[in-house]
Amino acid sequence: MNREITQNGLWTNNVALVQLLGLCPLLAVTSSTINGAGLGLATMVTLVLSSTLVSLIRGFVRNEVRLPVFVLIIACVVTVIELLMKAFFYDLFLVLGIFIPLIVTNCAIIGRAEGFASRNPVGASALDGFMMGLGFLTVLVLLGAMREVIGSGTLLAHADLMFGESAKALTITFNENYSGFLLAILPPGAFFGLALLVAAKNAINLKAKDKAAVADDSLEAETV
Amino acid sequence: MNKKQILISGAFLWVFAVIGTTFVAVTEETTRTKIEDNERLVLLRNLNALLPAEELDNDIVSDTTTVSASALLGTEDNTIVYRARLQGKPIAAIFNSIAPNGYSGKINLLIGVYADGSVAGVRAVKHSETPGLGDAIETQKSDWIFSFNNRSLNSPTPANWLVKKDGGDFDQFTGATITPRAVVKAVKNTLLYYQQNTDRIFQ
Repeated sequence: MNREITQNGLWTNNVALVQLLGLCPLLAVTSSTINGAGLGLATMVTLVLSSTLVSLIRGFVRNEVRLPVFVLIIACVVTVIELLMKAFFYDLFLVLGIFIPLIVTNCAIIGRAEGFASRNPVGASALDGFMMGLGFLTVLVLLGAMREVIGSGTLLAHADLMFGESAKALTITFNENYSGFLLAILPPGAFFGLALLVAAKNAINLKAKDKAAVADDSLEAETV
Repeated sequence: MNKKQILISGAFLWVFAVIGTTFVAVTEETTRTKIEDNERLVLLRNLNALLPAEELDNDIVSDTTTVSASALLGTEDNTIVYRARLQGKPIAAIFNSIAPNGYSGKINLLIGVYADGSVAGVRAVKHSETPGLGDAIETQKSDWIFSFNNRSLNSPTPANWLVKKDGGDFDQFTGATITPRAVVKAVKNTLLYYQQNTDRIFQ
């Protein structure tokens, strides 16, 4: 069961690559690795908390008001995260500010609440939230890194926003005189990047399928 | 579904609303001072970038005056002007100006003006100019915005407060003329505004 949840969240049913949910923040913030990581982490925490809470109340929540209650829980969790971020990571908040409240509207979260957490035990729901969140975070970071490297020729720029002053050293600049590739930073670059990631995932899946088919064939051949 | 069922559902929802609101309210209460401190620190950092802390001795974040909307400042609402003083004497004023005609809408600027009418510094606070072209107004991207430092309406003369392409004194940057044109005009207008309102601002 746990293995299946993990696989579902990270790969088979990945929020960003397969369900294609939460695209608005995904495309908007991934102009750099750190921005992507920031929003990804916030979304992941929201997913874990909301899934856990929804699962906790699943026994006695009345069916006809369950959706408003789920929305209420998600909105509260996100507001609390926003306040905490403002209090402890203010600089990062300045960058991601407008996208944090938008986490509420990320369909992936209500989707997991309704589709998984409301009918599964707490532990499994928390794990599902974590894995779905991790899958989303991974795609945000990958896409952010791709766009940052191609668009600005750096990696992990402004890491200090998230990890403090000492993290400035993490920034890798590939070429001091790189003039940048505008398209990668602009919104169309996000679509291209996401398309490449989705294509890569599908290609890997196809290859695995082919391999499995070949294995099956040889197995059959042996038995015959 | 009968009336009783509806009432129970309503009450259930109500209980959740109360719990949720309490949760948010408690968090808000505990983080409020910390958030206010952060906002103040960031503001002070922005102001000090224009005007080094050693040039003034008053509490610049609190020593403010409100000015009404003005075409010269590009503002449509009342805005706050921060006032820097040293031993009570006016040193500089920092304006929240808006360049209304950027390439993608408004460019919010923080413009410091010394008491003698020269520019202490200019920073783009908020804008949506094209990344890689118009965003060279940011200090992280280029040094262009520093070219206003110590300029005034005497140097260059108001007629030369234009980008070079328009026959003025200020560089435009490669590929983008509209953004620097808008910023140059906004800085010039802010200086004009200061010239016309000096006394009122430091009252």
